[in-house]
Amino acid sequence: MLLIACPYCGEERPELEFRHAGEAHVARPDPIAEIDDAAFEAFFFLRDNPKGLIWERWRHVHGCGRFFNAVRDTVSDRFITTYKAGEVRREVVRDDEGGYQLKGEER
Amino acid sequence: MSGAMRIAGKGRLVPARRVGFTFDGQAMQALCGDTLASALLANGVHLTGRSFKYHRPRGILSAGPEEPNALLDVSRGGNTHTPNVRAPVQEVFDGLVARSQNRWPSLTFDLGAINNFLSPLFPAGFYYKTFMWPKAAWTRFYEPVIRAAAGLGVAPKEPDPDRYANRYIHCDVLVIGAGLAGLLAAQAAAEAGADVILCDEQPAVGGALWHEIDTRIDGEEGFEWAQATAQALSGRDNVRVLTRTTAFSYQAQNMVALVERVSEHVAAPARDQPRERLWQVRAKQVIVATGAIERPMVFSGNDRPGVLLASAARTYLNHFGVAVGANVGVYTANDSAYAAAFDLADAGINILAIIDFRDEVNEGLRELAAQRGIDVLCGHCVTGTAGSLRISGMRARPRSGGPERKWKIDALITSSGWTPSVHLYSQSRGKVVWDAATQRFLPGPPVQDMVTIGACNGTDEAAALADEAMAAGKAAARLARAAHDGASSDTPSQSRPDLTVQTSRAGALLGAGSREVLKGGKAFVDFQNDVTAKDIELAVREGMRSIEHIKRFTTTGMATDQGKTSNLHGLAIAAEMLDRPIPEVGLTTFRHPYTPVSFGALVNHGRGPLFDPTRRTAMHLAHEQQGAEFEDVGQWKRPWYYPQAGEDMAAAVNRECRTVREVAGLFDASTLGKIEVVGPDAAKFLDLVYTNGWDKLSPGRCKYGIMLREDGFIFDDGVVGRIANDRFHVTTTTGGAPRVLHHMEDYLQTEYPDLRVWLTSTTDQWAVIAVQGPKARDIIAPFVEGIDISAEAMPHMSVREGQVCGVAARLFRVSFTGETGFEVNVPADYGKSVWDMLWTRARALGACCYGTETMHVLRAEKGYIIVGQDTDGTVTPGDAGLGWAVAKKKTDFVGIRGLKRPDLVADGRKQLVGLHSRDGRTVLEEGAQIVADPHQSVPMTMIGHVTSAYWSENCGGPIALALVENGRQRIGETLYVPMAEEVLAVEVTETVFFDRAGERING
Repeated sequence: MLLIACPYCGEERPELEFRHAGEAHVARPDPIAEIDDAAFEAFFFLRDNPKGLIWERWRHVHGCGRFFNAVRDTVSDRFITTYKAGEVRREVVRDDEGGYQLKGEER
Repeated sequence: MSGAMRIAGKGRLVPARRVGFTFDGQAMQALCGDTLASALLANGVHLTGRSFKYHRPRGILSAGPEEPNALLDVSRGGNTHTPNVRAPVQEVFDGLVARSQNRWPSLTFDLGAINNFLSPLFPAGFYYKTFMWPKAAWTRFYEPVIRAAAGLGVAPKEPDPDRYANRYIHCDVLVIGAGLAGLLAAQAAAEAGADVILCDEQPAVGGALWHEIDTRIDGEEGFEWAQATAQALSGRDNVRVLTRTTAFSYQAQNMVALVERVSEHVAAPARDQPRERLWQVRAKQVIVATGAIERPMVFSGNDRPGVLLASAARTYLNHFGVAVGANVGVYTANDSAYAAAFDLADAGINILAIIDFRDEVNEGLRELAAQRGIDVLCGHCVTGTAGSLRISGMRARPRSGGPERKWKIDALITSSGWTPSVHLYSQSRGKVVWDAATQRFLPGPPVQDMVTIGACNGTDEAAALADEAMAAGKAAARLARAAHDGASSDTPSQSRPDLTVQTSRAGALLGAGSREVLKGGKAFVDFQNDVTAKDIELAVREGMRSIEHIKRFTTTGMATDQGKTSNLHGLAIAAEMLDRPIPEVGLTTFRHPYTPVSFGALVNHGRGPLFDPTRRTAMHLAHEQQGAEFEDVGQWKRPWYYPQAGEDMAAAVNRECRTVREVAGLFDASTLGKIEVVGPDAAKFLDLVYTNGWDKLSPGRCKYGIMLREDGFIFDDGVVGRIANDRFHVTTTTGGAPRVLHHMEDYLQTEYPDLRVWLTSTTDQWAVIAVQGPKARDIIAPFVEGIDISAEAMPHMSVREGQVCGVAARLFRVSFTGETGFEVNVPADYGKSVWDMLWTRARALGACCYGTETMHVLRAEKGYIIVGQDTDGTVTPGDAGLGWAVAKKKTDFVGIRGLKRPDLVADGRKQLVGLHSRDGRTVLEEGAQIVADPHQSVPMTMIGHVTSAYWSENCGGPIALALVENGRQRIGETLYVPMAEEVLAVEVTETVFFDRAGERING
């Protein structure tokens, strides 16, 4: 079972309290009614399935109920960082030792 | 004596403390502290079972959890029993009943043993080749026969009567394995102030100290030191020592699952004692000190009862005081077997010869052997053994060739070296690294907050091991505390205990060493799955190259022991055949669990009534009192129908259906999902999540709404009442409430966070009583205060706030039956008393209570859909005949773009229609397929399926709803429903079967 840090509650809680909610930073086109089939396909059907870092949404469904964003490594299942919905995508880079670093943050 | 093979004065058990047990019906004596294996050996029993495939006689190989052979069926003498219990793990208690497995009619005379002589007929992979044809014979004939002949224990048929416990626990440092390394690490971490859990799978700490009696620590015998150290650790507030506790699963973020055998060893467990306890540990730091497992030698006839691991023989002697034989041979490629031989010799057991595969052995060992008069034959190999139910002899010759010598023996102990137990490290997703110098896989860098120490880390030398362990304990405590406080403090360093270790584990052989030595008999690699060296050679000859393929072809390492004693031999033989280095052939994955874990421990409390939470409505007791049969709807218990004396389900449902339409009925609708949508932008928000418009709905009015997913398919439906300008009472399907709220929250929080709207689940807060039928108004009228419920003042699809039975209520004028209907919403606490009052009057007026079955029939008579029954996630509002509920003028709602997708606007979509059985009596089967031409060849072209089908008492015949290609254009056509017995002809109709004009609803 994973531990996930809810950015709203400010603490790590067990995975049981959370629900996965799909890929993050997929913007709903506006106005959506007018987009063509290719744009709809990209918005609705196509998702990343990377080996490595993935940006995804989680909801603290049995806690504060808030949706938030997370960066997770699909190989180790490690959560690199979580941040509130609506915040800009956090860039993460791998360092030489196989660890991760948030861009713009020095160790 | 408790057994003829018990040696007076040897071992650590107390001779006076005896217990009795039976093995295959024969009464035997054991000592308190014996394992089933040591007790059997003490009684001279080596033969414990028959092998999986060839039914070969097999005995005890090991003295630990790695045991592949000695699997027994164990019970307390009652009805239930546990199959496949490893004899060296099960402690004997008074009254234990053990039975051997996989033999018939008896262990010593087993008819299945014919497989051994037929073995040339079924080498590895024979299932794949032999039983290919005819296809049908596989399921009907081959598989049942093979399954009956192969296999191990028999699963119990009775429900498990035992209780299992479960605990979650957090700690700073979890130390797995309480051998020398684990104890020192735990001690160091505890001294440094960390919260420590130390666990070990054995009944007592010590690890290898159980058998290595030549290790002295601070002047004490190693085992005694270990017990004293564990005792001292247990006394500390910050340490928990768990014995009989196996760490079996290492998961992400240092979550480790342990299973503690709480009462498996107890003759009469106390009532409050669980059988096992599952510990789910979250540790800041994990120290893996799981030691190493000895490997047997691979040679012809290496599986006979009486062939044991050298360390096992040493454990049985030094801990249990049991001799594994009177005349013992030794075959080794490793120094530690010498220590075993010397201990046995010093206890008066005759060691006939030490056959050492290696060309040279260190002079000291030679010397010690010579002192005891033991022959050491270096550069020799064992070429075969004799005996049927027990080994009776061995043959050996120089590896380079030469004359064979024979010895009469009754036990043979072997060692080809030690395999570090990297299982948990591997489960933590670390990658093992091949160490060519010592011929073993060792843990690589850690990928979680953990460290491996001691023998499982390849640290052999005692002083180095102690330093490593103490440093690891201290470091883990420091790191864990830094995670706590953000600061680390230095703790005084401990001094290493004074250590004398004599047993050397130098030397290793992987595989058989040479294929030459394997001629003339079966040399087993995997004992439990009966895989021989030849099988692995065959796999390579047949083209398998990766160990993953070889493993699956031969099944080596795939038994319940997961190849703890066999994997490396299999790998080495394959590598030799392929002429490639071992790491290139690869190592298979170590899977969870480390050792078999009972379902009871995993399932724990979550079975029977606790498998899933049960939700009951506020009126549940009233339904029980009225004799309702209940139906599970999600987690809800809903009244299904209310049978009266002498009624079966059909009769009850027919009566309820008739009564509702003729008089009236009461229905518990509390399980409907309810969401309160509040805020200045509430209408705007509903405009976005529903297909229809909400802005113009006046307070006091209701509307049926459909919710789509972005792809344009129906997601949920329900009636929404506007209570005030800024307040809506949303209802959802019974099963859909959580996902609808989740869906709404998703859009509110992430797409429209600026809207001033708040969502609250009120499903459990409102009890809902539907009163439906011509007399519905009559029934509720005397109880309603402050609301004019006349047809004029309160038309269909309206909502009022007032009082019902003196309780604040929301009264809806809605109908899911097509009759005049009200839904009384009162706070849940009042649900039962309001129901009782309404029912008293309803009954007096000739009304009935009705359940979900009648509700289904009545709504189907009116063609009202149930989302999830008449829709399946590929149905649009247009398909369901609900196109009118999609606003044409809105510029946005969830699903607006999806509805324009080419496939969703194309011709030929399946549409919801009614079906009328031509014979006027047969109720169709829900899910049945529909075809246009019943005479076409199979497979037929299916053009739709039945979604709902009932007997309608009110229509006097069967009714059905179906999704049919171009259904609405086919109205009047005859289609066909092919069933197993007959083909039914049906006429396509409108979806409304009863009161097509829809007048009754406005009464």
